[in-house]
Amino acid sequence: MVQFTLPKNSKVRIGKTWPKPEGAKRLRTFRIYRWDPDTGENPRLDTYFVDLDDCGPMILDGLIWIKNNIDPSLTFRRSCREGICGSCAMNIGGINTLACIHGMDEVKGDIRIYPLPHMPVVKDLVPDLTHFYAQHASVRPWLETETPAPEREWRQSIEDRKKLDGLYECVMCASCSTACPSYWWNGDRYLGPAALLHAYRWIIDSRDEATGERLDDLEDPFKLYRCHTIMNCTKTCPKGLNPAKAIAEIKKLMLERQL
Amino acid sequence: MADANRANRPLSPFMIGPYYRPQLTSMTSIFIRITGNALLIGAFLVVWWFLAAASGPEHFTFVNAVITSWFGDLVMFGSLWALWYHALGGLRHLIFDAGYGLELKQAELMGWGMILGSVLLTLLTVVVI
Repeated sequence: MVQFTLPKNSKVRIGKTWPKPEGAKRLRTFRIYRWDPDTGENPRLDTYFVDLDDCGPMILDGLIWIKNNIDPSLTFRRSCREGICGSCAMNIGGINTLACIHGMDEVKGDIRIYPLPHMPVVKDLVPDLTHFYAQHASVRPWLETETPAPEREWRQSIEDRKKLDGLYECVMCASCSTACPSYWWNGDRYLGPAALLHAYRWIIDSRDEATGERLDDLEDPFKLYRCHTIMNCTKTCPKGLNPAKAIAEIKKLMLERQL
Repeated sequence: MADANRANRPLSPFMIGPYYRPQLTSMTSIFIRITGNALLIGAFLVVWWFLAAASGPEHFTFVNAVITSWFGDLVMFGSLWALWYHALGGLRHLIFDAGYGLELKQAELMGWGMILGSVLLTLLTVVVI
């Protein structure tokens, strides 16, 4: 359903302003979304000041600095700190991206950080991705074959392998799906850009033998066709991939097999 | 347990503007929908005008006065722009669905094309009429 406002329990209130670090010369203001499941109060936006002379250049460095020096209760996901695990995806300065590869200098003014948009919040910057992962699993993201497995690996030509470039790099950070207005409003039934990019990655894999069934599964008014080529997904992808194009290719294949 | 308060989990903010920065991609897209819906008003006015013309001179004089008033002109002028914008948006969708123009730069270039093109074509139409 099209939705323009937040439910009552989700409205963001003005939160606490934490003290400035003593003796710091270069400060940067962070405004961060907080929600504590233990109190059940409405979410709030807390203000923190980060000492740039004591902190690395990335947004994630700032978050870790706050957690270490100001407020240990600040909760967020992170792991690899180099854009390969996809854990630290969040809404930073109004766009979705990975905190670890987004520089503080890429954000003008105060750095506003929210969890990925239109998702249930577990705590602070941690969204519940259960449904998102279930949608990914629903496209059966693995090789499906009927012919007996070869003695060694499944072979593939260099040209066929090239078709997977720009698809296999996806780290499932959910930035694209949660940037998509269609996914905000129909995310219960529309698979969203990330899952569809993965679907396409297996549809065009020359070694996969379930192409027809894969397309059958997507032949649905919601799963695939809620994509209106808005392209917020491609615009926001921190890995520079193009889910919109992958979805358009699936739509083309749907049409081609009917001719 | 983090799950203790599962039922009460808030929905994270999403709205375009305060929380999600407006993108050329999303704005050009939403305006296709807005213009499409707004055109209904223009369409009803035109139908009303025709019906009035068919029903007799007295009624037509009144409806004609409404539609050719400054306010009627404004609505019609807006509808003209909306029609051009919506048509160019449809054209872009045809190009997308044929599998072209799907690189971000091309898509955004076509977005600007829709904005500038609709304004130019509207002015051109006004001049011609």
